[in-house]
Amino acid sequence: MTRLELRNMRKNFGALEVLAGISLHVEEGEFVSILGPSGAGKSTLFQLLTGAIRGEGEMRFDGARFAFMPQRDALMPWRRVIDNATLGLEVQGLKRRAARERVAPLFAEFGLAGFERAWPAELSGGMRQRAALLRTVVQQCDMLLLDEPFGALDALTRAAMQRWLETMWRNHRWTALLITHDVREAVLLSDRIYVLSARPARVVREVAVPLPRPRTKSAALAREAAAIEAGILDILLGAAEPISQPSDGENR
Amino acid sequence: MAVISTVAKIFPAAVAFALLLLIWELCARLGGIAPTVLPAPSRVLAQAWENRAALADNTLPTMRATLAGFACSLVAAFILSALVDFFAPLRRALFPLLIASQTLPLVAIAPLVVLWFGFGLLPKILLVALVTFFPMMVALVEGYAATAQEISQMLAAMGAGRRRIFWLARSPSALPYFFAGLRISITYAVVGAIFAEYAGAAKGLGIYMLSAKNNFRPDLVLAAVAVSSALTLTLFGLAVLAQRLAMPWENAKSDRAGRYGDKPSGEGRP
Ligand SMILES: Nc1ncnc2c1ncn2[C@@H]1O[C@H](COP(=O)(O)OP(=O)(O)OP(=O)(O)O)[C@@H](O)[C@H]1O
Ligand SMILES: [Mg+2]
Repeated sequence: MTRLELRNMRKNFGALEVLAGISLHVEEGEFVSILGPSGAGKSTLFQLLTGAIRGEGEMRFDGARFAFMPQRDALMPWRRVIDNATLGLEVQGLKRRAARERVAPLFAEFGLAGFERAWPAELSGGMRQRAALLRTVVQQCDMLLLDEPFGALDALTRAAMQRWLETMWRNHRWTALLITHDVREAVLLSDRIYVLSARPARVVREVAVPLPRPRTKSAALAREAAAIEAGILDILLGAAEPISQPSDGENR
Repeated sequence: MAVISTVAKIFPAAVAFALLLLIWELCARLGGIAPTVLPAPSRVLAQAWENRAALADNTLPTMRATLAGFACSLVAAFILSALVDFFAPLRRALFPLLIASQTLPLVAIAPLVVLWFGFGLLPKILLVALVTFFPMMVALVEGYAATAQEISQMLAAMGAGRRRIFWLARSPSALPYFFAGLRISITYAVVGAIFAEYAGAAKGLGIYMLSAKNNFRPDLVLAAVAVSSALTLTLFGLAVLAQRLAMPWENAKSDRAGRYGDKPSGEGRP
């Protein structure tokens, strides 16, 4: 069953053409990644999906709402970790008590046990991301939208978090759309990958990743994954060149 | 620990203040200046003690006017800032007026307000509100606007409406700004009340200063000044304390190291 289907989504910010017709689909229980250079328009695509901005194109979503994790963790510094985690449920109308009871058992699984009553400022970067992820998945929406959940982490923490997310996904089978510019992350986590061009973004390739999970187990798997990674990198670098217009140094 | 660091922070200011008093005392005593022109601090203190009943009697109305005016101003600032946040055109309509209100010279406006509203509490409340309202209003409006975009966007994606987002994100985001504005405006509050009393009142520090001056008692004028300064400092301290209490996560930021080495206990706010 198709959860989400986009046809020819376009978006301009004034004269700036950001999305030049994006078409993609995500099936039920599928983990799909969007891979693209910085400034391509990936976050803009999520803004279109969540309705924060309007664009042209056709979108069909079989569900009520996305659970959206923004690029920066967006934890509210004035709420304790547990109250950040319950935010989505509270907005859905659940009483604070009930929401806390629903969320509390998940803290251990997210590596946050004992930090329920901490302030976000007291968490490490990896913990913050896990808290943000917890806040996202407890909403029990029909689909997860994750915008570079590990982009701000150091390499070691990021690798650990990727493996952790893979385990979590194997247990829960969320339907998920992940934005990343980390090729390895995309190959490790996804069933399929959409590779975007630089701005204005269009899909240059759709790559299936038919590897069994868990993908970190054997050396043979790692080699296959590396081959796919190399292929994607070629596409990305090859696609970047002819289009690269007056660069305005967008590495944020 | 906390006491020691507080003392260490206050120490330089205390030394500077003590030095100033010392120089003043020496000038007054050795310079041969008449106490009816420049009384020594020791004399001010002694006279303040002697007239403590009258001083206290006049401090109370000033305090009442200050607090009542400030409370009104606080409520008005919150309500108006929220309205402005919801209806952007209102901001363009109101802000020029508010800025104009800040250009009014208090010396000119105070007697007029007393003329219009009499010698009671009302003109004092109005004048205190006039001088304290603007910094808080501006701070609140800017504070709402400082809400992290990804937070409002996320809330919207969760299905929260404008009002929900205001309560969940915009108003807490404004807290640090609000307290900055509060600290500024609270230092104007007592002065505003004194000005109002100066222009006309039955009792109060302002009228007390006026009559002391007319009786050639600069020592009592200065005693009243000292009382009003102490009032302002107290209010300022209370504002700082309120900020501490209202924003416990700010304290957590500074002592992050070490606090969560072991398991956090379950105490604190629900
Ligand atoms: N509200 C906006 N108004 C004008 N331009 C915008 C707006 N939002 C994004 N843009 C522009 O759209 C382009 C794409 O931005 P977007 O945030 O979608 O990039 P991204 O692919 O998510 O990049 P990154 O990987 O660095 O997060 C950028 O050039 C950005 O300047
Ligand atoms: Mg982005």
